[in-house]
Amino acid sequence: MIRKLTLAALSALIITTGGAFASGGSDGHVENIRFSFDGPFGAYDQNQLQRGLQIYTEVCSACHGLKYVPLRTLSDLGYSDAQVRAYAAELEIFDAELDDFRPRLPTDHFPDSSLDNAPDLSLMAKARAGFHGPYGLGLNQFFKGMGGPEYIVALLTSYSGEEVEQAGSTFYENSIFPGGQIAMSAPLVGEDVEFADGHSNDLHHEAEDVAAFLMWAAEPKLSARKHVGFMGVFFLSILAVLLYLTNKRLWAPHKNRKED
Amino acid sequence: MAGIPHDHYEPKSGFEKWLHTRLPVVGLVYGALMIPTPKNLNWWWIWGIVLAFCLVLQIITGIVLAMHYTPHVDLAFASIEHIMRNVNGGAVLRYVHMNGASLFFFAVYIHLFRGLFYGSYKAPREVTWIIGMLIYLAMMATGFMGYVLPWGQMSFWGATVITGLFGAIPFIGEALQTWLLGGPAVDNATLNRFFSLHYLLPFIIAGLVIVHIWAFHTTGNNNPTGVEVRRGSKAEAKKDTLPFWPYFVIKDLFALVVILVLFFAVVGFMPNFLGHPDNYIEANPLVTPAHIVPEWYYLPFYAILRAFTADVWAVQLVSFVTGGIIDAKTFGVFAMFGSILVMAIVPWTDTSSVRSGAYRPMFRWWFYLLIIDFIVLMWCGAQPAEPPYSTIALIGSTYWFAYFLVILPILGVIEKPLPQPETIEEDFNNHYPSSKTPAE
Repeated sequence: MIRKLTLAALSALIITTGGAFASGGSDGHVENIRFSFDGPFGAYDQNQLQRGLQIYTEVCSACHGLKYVPLRTLSDLGYSDAQVRAYAAELEIFDAELDDFRPRLPTDHFPDSSLDNAPDLSLMAKARAGFHGPYGLGLNQFFKGMGGPEYIVALLTSYSGEEVEQAGSTFYENSIFPGGQIAMSAPLVGEDVEFADGHSNDLHHEAEDVAAFLMWAAEPKLSARKHVGFMGVFFLSILAVLLYLTNKRLWAPHKNRKED
Repeated sequence: MAGIPHDHYEPKSGFEKWLHTRLPVVGLVYGALMIPTPKNLNWWWIWGIVLAFCLVLQIITGIVLAMHYTPHVDLAFASIEHIMRNVNGGAVLRYVHMNGASLFFFAVYIHLFRGLFYGSYKAPREVTWIIGMLIYLAMMATGFMGYVLPWGQMSFWGATVITGLFGAIPFIGEALQTWLLGGPAVDNATLNRFFSLHYLLPFIIAGLVIVHIWAFHTTGNNNPTGVEVRRGSKAEAKKDTLPFWPYFVIKDLFALVVILVLFFAVVGFMPNFLGHPDNYIEANPLVTPAHIVPEWYYLPFYAILRAFTADVWAVQLVSFVTGGIIDAKTFGVFAMFGSILVMAIVPWTDTSSVRSGAYRPMFRWWFYLLIIDFIVLMWCGAQPAEPPYSTIALIGSTYWFAYFLVILPILGVIEKPLPQPETIEEDFNNHYPSSKTPAE
């Protein structure tokens, strides 16, 4: 089986003309969105992440899991320890030691996907980063910071409403999903959740909020990373200037010789 | 050590003399640091230091990552997420290691093309060149196996495709592939041995680097003119050279720090730009990605691998002559390894007696075309194997071989080189003319 797959993959690469494009590629158009975490100094907007968590909890989590995300990291979203504990306790986990289910603790992770063919969403915002366009040069990613969150927003807002029956399964037409048909029915239609802060809950805003939340789930250390990047660039630039001057002075007697 | 006359280490204090008669280690370090270096080296000569830095950086970050990583098919992907989320500084550490590999290859390509332009491979530096090619091959193997460790989709399918290349070798291929993988397919045995070898190979690279440096410290550095340092006397040699410390150490450090500014910008602000997003999906042997792409630094050679399809007449001819033993797949594999082999034998295929490309008016243009060819092949490697990319890749691959096997041998015969400076001193002084009045 594996051997056959290997051969198939090899021949597909070497002999035939593979038709499909890289992940994230599709017929549909992914729009750039200005997220708060774009750019070298951008950071997550806690209020947006909280709204995204609410959408995830009330809608997505019915089928999808976040198995790599520890519940305790919800404190990143601005929740108190007690709030995190309470959120975790709503979810159950099978404990082999007790041989029974118990409420989750902050040290546990979010649950796995409950539906077999629903992918885990922990890393989706990084796994669906449309890095390749245009011409496979990744320029949109480089200049606009486009990536997974944009793809997620586009996917959630690109349902046409048409359904297709295929081999006993129902697929839903979506111009962003590779192949144009997706097994997931439109999860958001607008006004799916009521935000406590009264923020707009139309389809596009909901999609942006949940995409931002999924970006946090995939890359929780974004701010720390950008901080290291900034410190590195800043201090190394100073060091570079000092070394430039040292080097200039060192070589000066050899480069600016006087006629002897 | 070096053939260039220079001052040797003289132990002064009692302890230094005591140690020197027992283990001349201080003399070794002194000799390496104070090596006479042609004073006209330009900025293309800084990449050796960058490469040495990359090796150390990768070994240090890699050793720490290995403390938190689990080489098992069920746990590897999760252990990477553990590093990214729970280990203190783990996300930055991993991004440095990931992008460190890219910097390593970026630097090695510039270093390599610098050697190709200035004729650094020519006598008496052939051994330095060959060792360099061995280092490059070891780097490719290390980078490839490292990419398998996170056990994402591209890890798994990349490993499947690349080990499949060995399966294409006639007669012994299948047995060889099974032996490499430790089983019929990429699985836990493969992951375990790749982890083991990924940890081992950098130390072999470090050993090769020492031999690489030993070799060119024996012959002396090449330089932008390709003219040798005068070795008649110490005084003569001193006019052409300056000691490595402090002149070139400080110069190289400055360059290294400038490059690290860019490196930290990539690590901090766009750490996944050079990676493939599919590697954030856990490996699944039942789902083939739509488009299997290796890391960017393998793309030119991947393009050469895929360029020779069954409809190319050369492939058909070879297939006919060998009775089908060498089919398109095998041809592609030989072409890929051959593309590196032709680089390795360039000291003997380049017939020109002039070392530096700066004095070779025809060579220069063919060389620039080779650089463009390399970049175009890199781009083709990332595109699907279909027209027009396959045609472009075929033309690019043909040029690659033609450059080393046809153009270089012919150029040496028909080209009229430009006049070269007599000495390195003359070249240096032409760049920095002396002034009677000091600059105000």
